[in-house]
Amino acid sequence: MTDATLGEKENVLPPPAEVEDVELYHAKSWLTHYVFSQDAKYIAIQYAGTAIGIGLVALVMSWVIRLQLAFPGAIPFIDASRYYQAVTMHGMIMVVYMLTAIFLGGFGNYLIPLMVGARDMVFPYVNMLSYWVYLLATLVLVASFFVPGGPTGAGWTLYPPQAIMSGTPGNDYGIILMLASLILFIVGFTMGGLNYVVTVLQGRTRGMTLMRMPLTVWGIFAAAVMALLAFPGLFVACVMLLLDRTLGTSFFMPSIVEGGEHLKYSGGSPILFQHLFWFFGHPEVYIVALPAFGIVSDLISTHARKNIFGYRMMVWAIVAIGVLSMVVWGHHMYVSGMNPLFGFFFAVTTLAIALPTAIKVYNWVLTLWRADIHFTTPMLFALGFIVTFVNGGITGLYLGNVIVDVPLSATMFVVAHFHMVMGVAPVLVIFGAIYHWYPKITGRMLDETLGKIHFWITFLGAYAIFFPMHYLGLVGVPRRFYELGETAFVPHSAAALNIFITVAALIVGAAQAIFFFNVFWSLRHGKPSGGNPWRATSLEWQTPETPPGHGNWGKELPIVYRWAYAYSVPGAPEDYLPQNAPPLKGEHSP
Amino acid sequence: MLVALIMVAVVAASLLFHFLSPWRMTPIASNWGYIDNMMGATFWITAAGFVAVILFMAYCLFRFRHQEGRRAAYEPENQKLEGWLAIGTTIAVIALLAPGLFVWGQFINVPEGAMEVEAMGQQWQWSFRFPGADNRLGATDALFIDANNPYGLNPNDPRGQDDILASGGDLHLPIGKPIKMLLRSIDVLHDFYVPEFRAKMDLVPGIVTYFWFTPTKTGEFEILCAAFCGTGHPQMRAKVVIESEDDFKTWLATQQTFAQSRRGEAAHDRRASAR
Ligand code: HEM
Ligand SMILES: [Cu+2]
Ligand SMILES: [Cu+2]
Repeated sequence: MTDATLGEKENVLPPPAEVEDVELYHAKSWLTHYVFSQDAKYIAIQYAGTAIGIGLVALVMSWVIRLQLAFPGAIPFIDASRYYQAVTMHGMIMVVYMLTAIFLGGFGNYLIPLMVGARDMVFPYVNMLSYWVYLLATLVLVASFFVPGGPTGAGWTLYPPQAIMSGTPGNDYGIILMLASLILFIVGFTMGGLNYVVTVLQGRTRGMTLMRMPLTVWGIFAAAVMALLAFPGLFVACVMLLLDRTLGTSFFMPSIVEGGEHLKYSGGSPILFQHLFWFFGHPEVYIVALPAFGIVSDLISTHARKNIFGYRMMVWAIVAIGVLSMVVWGHHMYVSGMNPLFGFFFAVTTLAIALPTAIKVYNWVLTLWRADIHFTTPMLFALGFIVTFVNGGITGLYLGNVIVDVPLSATMFVVAHFHMVMGVAPVLVIFGAIYHWYPKITGRMLDETLGKIHFWITFLGAYAIFFPMHYLGLVGVPRRFYELGETAFVPHSAAALNIFITVAALIVGAAQAIFFFNVFWSLRHGKPSGGNPWRATSLEWQTPETPPGHGNWGKELPIVYRWAYAYSVPGAPEDYLPQNAPPLKGEHSP
Repeated sequence: MLVALIMVAVVAASLLFHFLSPWRMTPIASNWGYIDNMMGATFWITAAGFVAVILFMAYCLFRFRHQEGRRAAYEPENQKLEGWLAIGTTIAVIALLAPGLFVWGQFINVPEGAMEVEAMGQQWQWSFRFPGADNRLGATDALFIDANNPYGLNPNDPRGQDDILASGGDLHLPIGKPIKMLLRSIDVLHDFYVPEFRAKMDLVPGIVTYFWFTPTKTGEFEILCAAFCGTGHPQMRAKVVIESEDDFKTWLATQQTFAQSRRGEAAHDRRASAR
């Protein structure tokens, strides 16, 4: 018990312990303390740092893409091969190495043990290994920039036969390194993922029932379960494609004539790869989205000083989305040549997901109703998330409704849609989360003024990039086109729009310097934050030390008496009741 | 205050952009006007949702912004409200899905008597094939392909001998007749995409895929590839010319049949059939 200062207390027996306190591993040397650390908080920083670092590479790649699209041919360095390599590395890094790694490896590691009241992850050694395998995967990926032929330019979907044939850049070494790197990533992720799941199920402190967990934990937990189910699809696809490429097997390769020559392949199925890829690829969208959903719920609730509206519905919506999203992958394949009857099934499942998703949106905005809204930087980012997520979500209703997808598939409309919904929206949440939890991690506040400038440029700029991009797709501009050239169906004015989008992209990219300056400057010069600067209820804000020490809780684990959303409870002395504050007389908290 | 205003401005700017910008769907030239209608309906339903949610949010931001002494209400849930919202959303989703599935049913069921035309893709060009007098396309296999049989027709299939080959050039089609496009690739994935027709479908090596449409406008339209197929992907183009039945017949008569293309190639024939 750390914080027992509230008004009247009731005499209650603490709930029974589900698990006993554990023996912690203590680092003995500098190396095991600072490099091969087994402390989840430290591993979280390592994961997030690596993810952001490699994410910057992907950001630079996006400039390469945008410069070419706005000023075709103006920069001789960007030839067709380099363009496709940039597109591929940009997409793959952003989705897998940046977003997945930062949400699960970064926020998952930092927040799960603290939020459920554990001392650490349940398997700290495996947790450490997870990071180092992830780092190795990233290094293998980076290495592909330096091998002869360069990285693969197969598109982030890596569709065979093209991915391993000579018409695609990087088909010699780049593709092999890409597949090897993905295989490593999945191995590393699996070690981490098992940890997140088991810690949530087994490591919660006394009184922390599942239905009292903050939605952040729910989101990360559901995403980790899904990832454990979905990544094996990608894993086998990578192994099989690697065998096709190196040993000449024909899993995905039918009889092929290339430049008049008959290749040695025969009998394989390119569509099989697509099924395996999207069996992973669609859940991947929600592996990124569910942690973002969870985090944003907590940001809104905390900074609006109000309980999240419809908590139980929010939990069930997360579970429903998780389950449904395992059976919608075919919406990426409506025009792939698979049996067209599948179109009926996948359109129904896909639009069914709209329901739990819409409920989450309603509950976020209903949380603002009769709230006490503080426009802090984390709150602004959460609001930006709502706008971009709703905007990207509604275009999903176009693309999911099989017949409407037919003209739009493979156009810039798709690019605009997925950037809005799984690019911009989750990135805004990442920023919001960093502004929110930075004080806990460092003991200092980030500068609010810089934060707000950063927010407005990033939010409005990203919206200006991707909202108009839908209209290029409506016109019919295809994606993955190095140059469109002259076409009758695209008006000349589209060139001006492309320049506008590129200028916006360069500004948004450059504006991230404000964020990095803030992060480094505030380490030293930020306002000291104290333990709970946002006056939040969840356990991570109630640690005896800030930043939390090794083992998180000092001598005794906290005991939880209520849910994480006891904001502005009538009769309570303050507008928040920490989860571990003893119950007040007559209190009926969930 | 300012935040609420900016959110309203974002909604207003989005709507203005939608209605005023010059970038809209290129005029349709096929029977798939249904798809455009579906897209229009989807716009109105989803735009209403977007505007309602963001404006409600903006109102809350203005009305419930922090002021001295304000305290939020405590309302864990309101099942009635949540129920109504769920029902409303379900109705909107069904309103979109039902007609969508109906049109998809039409899209995948080719009308009786549609004219079959084959488009074959390879890095990075298109070739086309019409059934000859017998109205049947001959069998193909990538294994039959050689310098004298670039389409990979089975030389022993009698149905293929009169097939008309239009390689390296444009695709001509008659107006007003349902066309069943049969799609085939001999190397990687490609996708037959004419923006004005609205329809598209992947070409997959190893199998034959299809879609159908009826051209409703004469003129020339561009065929693009809409599945990334290597560095030459953007250059993989051809023209489709929609013309009157008579013009089409005249054009078709100028093209070579498979048998004609192989006259004097008897030696190669024997080699091919020995395979
Ligand atoms: C400043 C931010 C960003 C800009 C300006 C940007 C821009 C672009 C552009 C122009 C393309 C190529 C479209 C094409 O012609 O095919 C692209 C592709 C892609 N982007 Fe981004 N992007 C950004 C951030 C992100 C983020 C955060 C994600 C994470 C989900 C992401 C994921 C992807 C993916 C998956 C592709 C597809 C790659 C492929 O076609 O293989 N991007 N991006
Ligand atoms: Cu999907
Ligand atoms: Cu192509």
